[in-house]
Amino acid sequence: MISFVLIILASLFFTGIIIRTKSITSGRKGPGIFQPMQDILRLLKKGAVYSKTTSFIFQIAPSIYFASVITAIMVIPLGAYKGIISFEGDFVFFAYVLGVGKFFNIISALDTGSSFEGMGASREALFSMFAEPAFFILMGSLALLTGHSSFQQIFNSLHFGSSISYVLGILATFVLTIITMVENSRMPFDDPKTHLELTMVHEVMILDNNGFDLGLIFYTTSLKFAMYGCLIANLFMGDFPLYLTIPIFFGMQILFAMAIGLLESFTARFRMNHNAQYILALSSVSLLIFLGVLLILGLFN
Amino acid sequence: MSIVGQFILLVLSAFILIPVMSARWKGIITVCIVSLLAILSSVLAFQSLSGTTYEYLFRGSLVTGVIPVRMDALSGWFILIINFTFITGAFYGLHYMKAYREQKTNLSLHWISLILVQASLIGICVLQNFFVFLIAWEIMALSSFILIIFEYQKRETLNAGINFLIQSHICILFLTLGFIWVSMKMNAYDFTAITAFSSTYSLLTSASLFLCFFFGFAIKSGFVPFHTWLPYAHPVAPAHVSGIMSGVIIKIGIYGILRMLLLIKTDYLILGYIILFISIVSGLYGVMLAIIQHNIKKLLAYHSIENIGIIGIGIGLGCIGIGKGNQLLTLLGFAGALLHTLNHSLFKSVLFYGAGNVYQATHSTDIERMGGLSKKMPHTAFLFLIAALAICGLPPFNGFVSEFLIYNGMFTGLQSADKVLLNAIVCGLFGLGLIGGLAMLCFTKAYGAIFLGTARHQFPDAPKEAGMGKLIPMYAGVMVMLAIGIFPQYFIVAISKPLQLFTLIPGHTVVPGKLPFADTLSMVGLCALVFLGLTGLIYFIRKKITSDKPQYINATWACGYVVPTSKMQYTASSFTRAYRKLAEPFLSIHKKKTDISGIFPVNGGQETHPYDKIEEWLIDVPLNMLKSFIGKFSFLQNGNLQFYILYGMVFITLVLGIPYVFEYIQSLIKFLNTL
Repeated sequence: MISFVLIILASLFFTGIIIRTKSITSGRKGPGIFQPMQDILRLLKKGAVYSKTTSFIFQIAPSIYFASVITAIMVIPLGAYKGIISFEGDFVFFAYVLGVGKFFNIISALDTGSSFEGMGASREALFSMFAEPAFFILMGSLALLTGHSSFQQIFNSLHFGSSISYVLGILATFVLTIITMVENSRMPFDDPKTHLELTMVHEVMILDNNGFDLGLIFYTTSLKFAMYGCLIANLFMGDFPLYLTIPIFFGMQILFAMAIGLLESFTARFRMNHNAQYILALSSVSLLIFLGVLLILGLFN
Repeated sequence: MSIVGQFILLVLSAFILIPVMSARWKGIITVCIVSLLAILSSVLAFQSLSGTTYEYLFRGSLVTGVIPVRMDALSGWFILIINFTFITGAFYGLHYMKAYREQKTNLSLHWISLILVQASLIGICVLQNFFVFLIAWEIMALSSFILIIFEYQKRETLNAGINFLIQSHICILFLTLGFIWVSMKMNAYDFTAITAFSSTYSLLTSASLFLCFFFGFAIKSGFVPFHTWLPYAHPVAPAHVSGIMSGVIIKIGIYGILRMLLLIKTDYLILGYIILFISIVSGLYGVMLAIIQHNIKKLLAYHSIENIGIIGIGIGLGCIGIGKGNQLLTLLGFAGALLHTLNHSLFKSVLFYGAGNVYQATHSTDIERMGGLSKKMPHTAFLFLIAALAICGLPPFNGFVSEFLIYNGMFTGLQSADKVLLNAIVCGLFGLGLIGGLAMLCFTKAYGAIFLGTARHQFPDAPKEAGMGKLIPMYAGVMVMLAIGIFPQYFIVAISKPLQLFTLIPGHTVVPGKLPFADTLSMVGLCALVFLGLTGLIYFIRKKITSDKPQYINATWACGYVVPTSKMQYTASSFTRAYRKLAEPFLSIHKKKTDISGIFPVNGGQETHPYDKIEEWLIDVPLNMLKSFIGKFSFLQNGNLQFYILYGMVFITLVLGIPYVFEYIQSLIKFLNTL
């Protein structure tokens, strides 16, 4: 329960910090960190224009997307404190319920009958599918290391003892960060601030969304960021008491947001047709973690 | 009269009743007989699922020996799946076949075959005599052949039918070989002889016996590389036949594999690895080829291969569990496999029925010509969407539950400290994760191209929604899918008895009273419900907030261009282009392209014809080599009557001459010896 509330809180300022970091690195003062939230609030109050090609899919997709992320957040624990829902293999549910949101996002883009949105949908479908194996191998390795198979038990018993396990923590952070970037369509896979439809991925999928739906989609992006940030923070919590985990949580979220801001300021977007290979190669980093776990468990003798 | 007698009498009554009825009544009678058969067999099946095993020994004849009819929990589970799919299939078929009322004799043949397939499938599940089993198998193969070639006037239908016929007989060949092997050694026709065989002979012998059966059953169920008949047979068959075929006929292969696992006592660990490997390959290859298909039914056919792969992964894990003595792994693996068998029969039949609705509305199966059908056919679009979500394994539907069990099985397997197993499981995780992602790509493409956007082609008759008769069976399927997704714990109870059969295999001593993952599954169901509720709530809030806000309808954003045409839409091919480029080494796509060039350009165009690389290498290349070898003798076949008479003369001379010459040589040798 505590993680749910914290993630909602973090989602309020997460994108704000990214934007602020980006403005500072580019030499501007930038808006306050709650500006994105205010934009979203204004969007929620607006009316809407719907394309005449669209059907009920287009109407319902943003709600499902939002609901899927909220349900996924319910699964996430905070260190030793369980999420609202916790059971054996809950991360499979986590990955698949996010998949539902993605599925509806993609078909709602196809629903508009626009060539731009079809293009974006095609890219999003391809990229996110390649990120899936990496996530499962990562979780499999952590399950192997800890002997448990639910988020809370894994994170709770993830003790960083030997020197190899620190490397594993860093690698796991790397994998989760890249997955975050893929799932949220950020640099280096997609540039949210690009001005040309042909080079967008996620932004072009939601070209025809506006008003309440667009606000919902924007807020879902913030939530997703905070959700993955919480996952990464969990890697470093173990079974600490609450007065330590909450600062660690916020510290990690702010650090994560700033890291994303810096990454976006100083890297260029990858070539679109090489993205898929790069994301698939992420599985090999996961495999590296798996090998590291085997090393720790002494299975190489 | 015993139930078996009533069963046979019902089937025979179909032969008498259906041919004499009018075209309308033929279908209705069939539905009645199918339902009655289903009720008769389901009564026993339910009993066997609750633990009572039904056994009946027929005296049989001199040739067959005693014919044992045994129904245990495994048979019961498969019979229930068969019956549900057949009832929805027959109801759907009743309305689907309205379009073909004028072909009266053809219809009689079709309906009788449908009943025969059901009867023989149920028979296969319970008959445990080699000889009679093979007869039932043959009846099933022949009558499904007749079902497939309903539209025999089309050349491709006949080709696909003959392809199916040949491959099912290769399957029968393998089975016959296995049965002959056992009966020669053990001198018995009863299935128990297989167990006796495997306990008498070495592990290697019984493993090769299992592989012999496995190859036979794998052809039927469509494991790669034995899948090549499937993508031809499904598209040409009528929709309900495709649904039934994909839903249950290929599953009888899975039943066979599971039955043999129960009967043959051998080294399960090796078998588990083999099955796991073949299944991962099948799953990946099936979905990889599904993505590039333009024909909706062919796309679904390749998805059957993928799902057979997923079922196989479950079976493989289960076998490894038996081999390792890890009971939880056994339970999770087989539970995943058994539940996915049911799940796949549900969503795949709904998908095929949906494809049938689309086919009858547009008279096409080419998804590149469709688009925007969701406004014309809202019910079909909705049902297809649900089934598509389920087949991608997404919550809150049934596909997720079985995939979840298999994933959990893998994570259970991870807790062992065996390097080989760990590596196998990482491959499995990678495979299953990728299969899930690829399936999503495939079904967003299919759904988007068929139902969303605007129409890409003007059909002569505007597409219309299918009648209620066709929709009701689909709704029934979807209801069950949702029920499994939300209340998996009740369905898992149903398979606890079949699961016990597998845990009773030596190596396991404890028989679990309650399945250890029942609580987890009820949590999964609860989560699915939470997700559904949350979606409803958010949608409700959205409705409330936006109700008093202004709403306009306008053109889709096209950078300010306000008269977008349907040609500007992304097509299914372009949707998967990036994937196609990546996966090119594994695919075989024939392209035809005419570039636009010159000062006065004419229309350009591009055609892609997806083909199957494994078929190319495994079937076409050997076939062509055989052809070219036999072609060398084509000069003999020159069409001159005189030559054929000459061949006859030569043959007669040889037949008469050879013994004579032989005798002469013999006496010559004798003579030389005496010298």
